[in-house]
Amino acid sequence: MPQIRLQVSFLMIPLLEVRSLKKYFPIKKGLFSRLTGQVKAVDDVSFEVQVGETMGLVGESGCGKTTLGRCIVRAWPPTAGEILFYEDKKSGERITDLAQLSVSELRPFRRQIQMIFQDPFGSLNPRMTLLQLIGEPLKVNGVKDGGAIKERAAELLRVVGLRPEYMTRYPHAFSGGQRQRIGIARALALNPRLIICDEPVSALDVSVQAQILNLLADLQAQFGLTYLFIAHDLSVVEHICDRVAVMYVGKIVEMSDTKRLYQKPRHPYTEALLSAVPKPDPRQRAEPLVLEGEVADPANPPAGCYFHPRCPYVIKRCRSESPSLQPIEDGHWVACHRASEIELQGAS
Amino acid sequence: MQSEESPLEVVSPWRLMWWKFRRHKPAVISGVLLLLAYLGSIFAGFFAPYDPLTRGRNLYMPPNPPRIIDSTGNLRAPFVYGMTMSRDLNTLRPIYTINEDEIHPLHFFYRGDEYKIGLHGLPINALRPLHITLDLHLVGAEGAPVNFFGTDQLGRDLLSRLIYGGQISLSIGLVSVFLSLALGLILGGISGLYGGWIDSLIQRVIEAIIAIPSIPLWMGLAAAIPRDWDPVQQYFAILIVLSLISWTSTARVARGRFLAVREQDYVMAARLYGCSQWRIITRHLIPSIMSYVIVNITLAVPRIILAETALSFLGIGLNPPTISWGVLLQAAQDNLVVHFYPWLWVGPALCVIIAVLAFNFVGDGARDAADPFAS
Amino acid sequence: MISPALFLDWECMTSYIIRRFLQMIVIMFIVSIVAFVVIQLPPGDFVDAYVTTISGGETFTQETIDALRAQFGLDEPFHVQYLKWITNVLRGNYGVSFQHQRTVADLLGERLPLTLAITFPTALLVYLIAIPIGIYSALNQYSFLDYVFSFIGFIGLAIPNFLFAIILLYIGSQYFDANVAGLFSPEYELAPWSFAKFLDLLANLWIPVIVVGTAGTAGTIRVMRGMMLDEMRQPYVETARAKGLSEARLIFKYPVRVAISPVLSTIGFVLPALISGTAIVAIVLNLPTTGPLLLNALLAQDMLLAGSMILFLSLLTVVGTFVSDMLLAWADPRIQFE
Repeated sequence: MPQIRLQVSFLMIPLLEVRSLKKYFPIKKGLFSRLTGQVKAVDDVSFEVQVGETMGLVGESGCGKTTLGRCIVRAWPPTAGEILFYEDKKSGERITDLAQLSVSELRPFRRQIQMIFQDPFGSLNPRMTLLQLIGEPLKVNGVKDGGAIKERAAELLRVVGLRPEYMTRYPHAFSGGQRQRIGIARALALNPRLIICDEPVSALDVSVQAQILNLLADLQAQFGLTYLFIAHDLSVVEHICDRVAVMYVGKIVEMSDTKRLYQKPRHPYTEALLSAVPKPDPRQRAEPLVLEGEVADPANPPAGCYFHPRCPYVIKRCRSESPSLQPIEDGHWVACHRASEIELQGAS
Repeated sequence: MQSEESPLEVVSPWRLMWWKFRRHKPAVISGVLLLLAYLGSIFAGFFAPYDPLTRGRNLYMPPNPPRIIDSTGNLRAPFVYGMTMSRDLNTLRPIYTINEDEIHPLHFFYRGDEYKIGLHGLPINALRPLHITLDLHLVGAEGAPVNFFGTDQLGRDLLSRLIYGGQISLSIGLVSVFLSLALGLILGGISGLYGGWIDSLIQRVIEAIIAIPSIPLWMGLAAAIPRDWDPVQQYFAILIVLSLISWTSTARVARGRFLAVREQDYVMAARLYGCSQWRIITRHLIPSIMSYVIVNITLAVPRIILAETALSFLGIGLNPPTISWGVLLQAAQDNLVVHFYPWLWVGPALCVIIAVLAFNFVGDGARDAADPFAS
Repeated sequence: MISPALFLDWECMTSYIIRRFLQMIVIMFIVSIVAFVVIQLPPGDFVDAYVTTISGGETFTQETIDALRAQFGLDEPFHVQYLKWITNVLRGNYGVSFQHQRTVADLLGERLPLTLAITFPTALLVYLIAIPIGIYSALNQYSFLDYVFSFIGFIGLAIPNFLFAIILLYIGSQYFDANVAGLFSPEYELAPWSFAKFLDLLANLWIPVIVVGTAGTAGTIRVMRGMMLDEMRQPYVETARAKGLSEARLIFKYPVRVAISPVLSTIGFVLPALISGTAIVAIVLNLPTTGPLLLNALLAQDMLLAGSMILFLSLLTVVGTFVSDMLLAWADPRIQFE
């Protein structure tokens, strides 16, 4: 298995390294629930996240990106693979494989990896005030003094742009964007190093999306946060991510720094996703590439390259042989047999 | 941040439910009625004119309502007429006529029969210290037939017996519901949280209990209670029988809600910031199903009251000297009573019907108000 | 209704049926244990009950008592008695009632037809009355009649069957000088079956039918009305109306069909529910049905009789539920075969 090292402009200190991660869901059918197959939701995925960067994870719904995120926070146990977490100097620079830890061993790592959820309604307990919502992570992690919790909650609310006086209120009184801010404040409460943002703006109005993205960027600068940013289209990702990995049916098909990926995609699927990104300049608008067919069924994927039934550049080899993720140039990885021959349309 | 001044924002979910409930007028009226009924039962000794076991001289006397207007049409302080008894010479049944010359003014806060605070007829040891002896009654009159609802075959005051019967009938409903609630929550919770074969087993047991028609099962279990047990043992046995059967619906609701809430993002968030399983259950899952549980309780209490009534009526539930509405209804087993002394069964029947109706209305209101976050 | 051809996956369906069937067997097994435990629960056994109550003062020697026990197999341990009982039941042999000294099958055969004679018309009446009223109430929500039906419905739910029976007994005797108890007039009570006796039965049947059916009718009206109200708010109704479908066709073509399905899904187990519902009423009204037989069997600890009856009623319910589930799955392709 090749080590993935990327040439990026900032300090290269790894924070998270995912190696050959797999998550299969069994399909049970019939009378005695016999195993008839597996859904390979995440199938042999490897990538690395550096300290301070924002790594984008993009793909259509059902491609396994959310499953991947939930495996990394160990909400679900992965089927195979490693999730290496690099601790900083303070904690002795240890490297731990989160995939191997038991629930109790996981506890000290919980506070370092937090999550922001997609649904601003389902992610906040409607029966708790903002103080209780934001204070609970502190409380279960050893902060017992009510005054200290209150102070910290007020500070966090201020940080995410909400007034501390709101802390006696319940989430039902807030709009989607405001609720997302509350969710962010809760995620920040324990001073995490890595935050998994699971489509944090997809449920919001376009006008509010920008505000939340800006807030996330500000917080990153302020606290030195690292993000794994999951999204279902490339339009949101462009402005916030340093690097992007594109997923299709459980596998990464292309991974590169954002600029290069947008200007010169090397995978036909990335090209198709890019063509769907709305462009502000009407003169530049081209007809979006419409992919034929449906996303492959992860329970029963096609032979060869999973993308071949929808690919406009398909050749015979694609139907039988599965391409592996290869570096095509420094820091740009593609899983396509024809990556070096075909010329694809970028976004700019 | 547009509606900063709106009072809605600082309102807790429970307050929201209360606001919704308040709009359901029959439910509010029923709720007040039930509250009064429970208060009346708790202070039965004060509200009942007599001790429920005191035998009067007048047997099978029909209701003798309190009046404020006498036969000459004059308004006066509350009073009852005296009653004169004669006998039907053929059947020897007593016949009562109102004696309009005999006016007994009613005294409020009257000192009459002594009574103890506590459940009547159930000398529960734990309650002994509370047995303060009092003799103060809401109304009474010296030497007068203060029998607003009539008397029974031993001349005991029916109203007093109804009030004391409420102690048993109303408490048995509430207590068994809480017992079945505990059972249902625990088993439904285990079922919903752990899944797997435990879930399957619990589900099959629930289905088996539901499959046995409830009345025969109730009859079967109740018939198993030895009739020579003392009233306290019988009371608790019936209580357990009633809750043993009614826990299944709570368990189903709890399981379904647990399954739904378990998948909520906020539960995952709690797990991610290190909440223990216990804390997740107690702080997140249980509060989120409380509203459903309350609805379930208010709809289950009337069913249990009806079941107790039916079993006691058949003689396989509670038995004298315990007094419950079902026990009082046993009088209707006698065709003569049904026909000639209808007040003896109309009284308890009305009590049961009103209590059941009131609980149903409250349940309806609670269901409408239930989850303020459901769309 | 929707044709079964809509099933996408027959394998799914058959495995669903088989799984439900196996579950049914497991449930019946648990039921048989529960039933047996319930009838074994009372302290003492039939012989004790017999000695103290039925024999009426006769004194027994310990030997006689032991002999009686041995005769009925009551001296054996619990699980042996259970196994004996259940294997016999599975062979169709329900045993002999200690109390009546007749076979259980015989006793049930005598009482069951009369029980069914009450419950069948009741079930029919419940559906025939409740469904139209439910539809009417929903279509004329908050009208005078809707309030009347709702009120009657509430009362129907709040008055237990047996109280209702007592009330009718009282009204009958007080105002009509008629005895509404019993299924036959006194002159036919012991008479052999004849056409006249059958007519007499019909003339007496309506009282128990009304008593037993009221609660069911009230409940069904509520369900039907609620479902119809929900369904009438659906956007497809608005669409159909906008397209100019006549109101009557519109209502009967779609909302009624959807609303009626939870009501029809009760068809499978309405019969056993009514049979057990009749039990207490039968005791009050002195009807020669299974109810009083069961109560007496329980009180006398006549195990084989009581156990068989509970088991039989449960079997009816379980099979009824199974049939309902199958009907529902057939009628509504949206049902998930979880």
